[in-house]
Amino acid sequence: MPDTTVTNPRSNQPADAHAAVYRYDEFDKTFIFERVEQFRAQVERRLKGEITEEEFKPIRLMNGLYLQLHAYMLRVAVPYGMLDSTKLRRLARIARVYDKGYGHLTTRQNIQFNWPELKDIPAILHELAEVDMHAIQTSGNCIRNVTTDQFCGAAADELVDPRVYAEILRQWSTLHPEFTFLPRKFKIAISGAPNDRAAVQIHDVGLIARKNEAGEIGFTVYVGGGLGRTPYLGTKARDFVPVPEILGYLEAVLRTYNQLGRRDNIYKARIKITVNEMGPDKFIGLIEEEYARLPRQKYDLDPAIVEAIEQHFTSPPWENLPAVSEKFEAAKAADPAFARWTRSNLSAHRAPGYAIATISVKPIGGIPGDIEAEQMEAVADLAERYSFGELRVSHEQNLVLAHVKQDDLYDLWLGLDKVGLGTANAGLISDIIACPGLDYCALANTRSIPIAQEISERFADLDRQHDLGELKIKISGCINACGHHHVGHIGILGVDKKGEEFFQILLGGDATNTAALAEIVGPGFSYDEIVNAVETVVSTFVGLRQQGERFIDTLARTGHAPFKEALYARA
Amino acid sequence: MLVKAKGAQQSITANRLIDGVAVWLGAGNQWVEHVADAAIFEGEAIAQALDTAKADEKRQIVVDVYPLDVEATPEGTRPLHIRERMKAIGPSVRRDLGKQVTGPTPAL
Repeated sequence: MPDTTVTNPRSNQPADAHAAVYRYDEFDKTFIFERVEQFRAQVERRLKGEITEEEFKPIRLMNGLYLQLHAYMLRVAVPYGMLDSTKLRRLARIARVYDKGYGHLTTRQNIQFNWPELKDIPAILHELAEVDMHAIQTSGNCIRNVTTDQFCGAAADELVDPRVYAEILRQWSTLHPEFTFLPRKFKIAISGAPNDRAAVQIHDVGLIARKNEAGEIGFTVYVGGGLGRTPYLGTKARDFVPVPEILGYLEAVLRTYNQLGRRDNIYKARIKITVNEMGPDKFIGLIEEEYARLPRQKYDLDPAIVEAIEQHFTSPPWENLPAVSEKFEAAKAADPAFARWTRSNLSAHRAPGYAIATISVKPIGGIPGDIEAEQMEAVADLAERYSFGELRVSHEQNLVLAHVKQDDLYDLWLGLDKVGLGTANAGLISDIIACPGLDYCALANTRSIPIAQEISERFADLDRQHDLGELKIKISGCINACGHHHVGHIGILGVDKKGEEFFQILLGGDATNTAALAEIVGPGFSYDEIVNAVETVVSTFVGLRQQGERFIDTLARTGHAPFKEALYARA
Repeated sequence: MLVKAKGAQQSITANRLIDGVAVWLGAGNQWVEHVADAAIFEGEAIAQALDTAKADEKRQIVVDVYPLDVEATPEGTRPLHIRERMKAIGPSVRRDLGKQVTGPTPAL
């Protein structure tokens, strides 16, 4: 196996030595390598006919392996979105050697490969295990990979580092004997800051950090959120759970769901259905009863363990820098394209002189979230040069370098632009979430990606995009809603109409603190009509907006009527 | 989403177990890699073909066997539903991948 470790010549340490990723101990390493060998034997038995597909399917799903339209698909876990350059280079190698040279970033901060062969999966999993990676908890009816804020550990508004608790939840859930066969999959998101960047209210359980009146830090807990065919925002189960009690409280939530969740009907098996069929008050009451029964001393987090995990996520050695970089300001003044990128793709960092850079994996006309092996390697190089070898995958299918010196931003952007990753569109109309849709997915009714591409090309003018401001389009190719259309400012849902593709437009969704579910605006549009319809919605917004309003603000002020009128007046 | 076949003319599709590649049951009950070469079955022959295919599922040759509605065209067998045409073509957004690279495919 090639050695993918790159050494920093100044320190003799790996160039990603300061990346804040959880580094596996011997227990973790032994576990994932044993799991690879177990699955290797299971694949061999399947190929020999010693186990049937019916028996094999739940096993392969527990190892992240799906069967899609054209081929198998392997979904690799990126725990809470955190990667280092070594891991990204390994993903690039897997894309090149075992797949078709690219990977796809998902809305749960993971990466998937669309063309692996079953016979190669054990070798791929072995290569992943060599860099502390795996495909566990990316499929099946288990607690899935916990997701979080892509700006964690860098954001100025953070109260608690969510990675610490996401990692605690990983260790708690991976081999939890009670929660291996839940009624249905279970997704948890954590925001360590009061400003929710992790879409917590659309998860089975969402945690959002807050301080109570006494100044203690804890989490507000939402339960029963989710999208799919029956979308719900989470119900607030507890306004405040002190940090040390969070594991016990979640144990109570999962136990309650595991007992009461329906196993007779896959479409009614998620916790959101249980909560809302039973009534939120009753369900929350049962959680509280279960929580009261649990032996608190067993579940309260041991400060020593928390501290040990915190050591994996310490801040990198930031330099003491002035808050304003003259070099950065000069570069902005000299290069308008760079200045435009800084307006959309940078976020405030807690350390003076640093910035958080969002790498758009949404080039104009590109496939949202698709990244070539060469681009992965280029980003790994840039992460080492400019961000301590660390990077993150966001739920919006982008990458993030969280600790970039302002002095280095121009060089970073030039490096990104060189490999097609310098588009200045984060949060704008062409930064679209799109599910794989019928181009890959066996469940889809329609394609999603080409709609995203065509919208992106229609609004290719970046000055126009910046003028429109924040505008989130989210596209799903079926009611399973992997493209989050329910929480798009403009959501697009693909439906099957007599064997052909049709698309419904939804308006007014929001995945932030002001979470809201979008509403269908009217009858659907054909494949050839849908992009024009989106442009009609956008033009209507431009005609109605007042000074400083985003699309979502104008929509809240005017309601849907003028948009509906514009879309359907011709009919 | 899988669409139930109910037409008079049907073919049988699956994915090859070892590599997941999409295949169709062709002449002489051989699995073929392009839908144009798929055999078309009518009447009682549909159930017989499905039995043949499911036997191959038990022999670890294919997985996920199901019938689909098709029509005969001068270019060969063509699926009626867009989902099945996509399976027969490859990703419309990556013309360099899938069946469209290796042989004739139906129009989308």
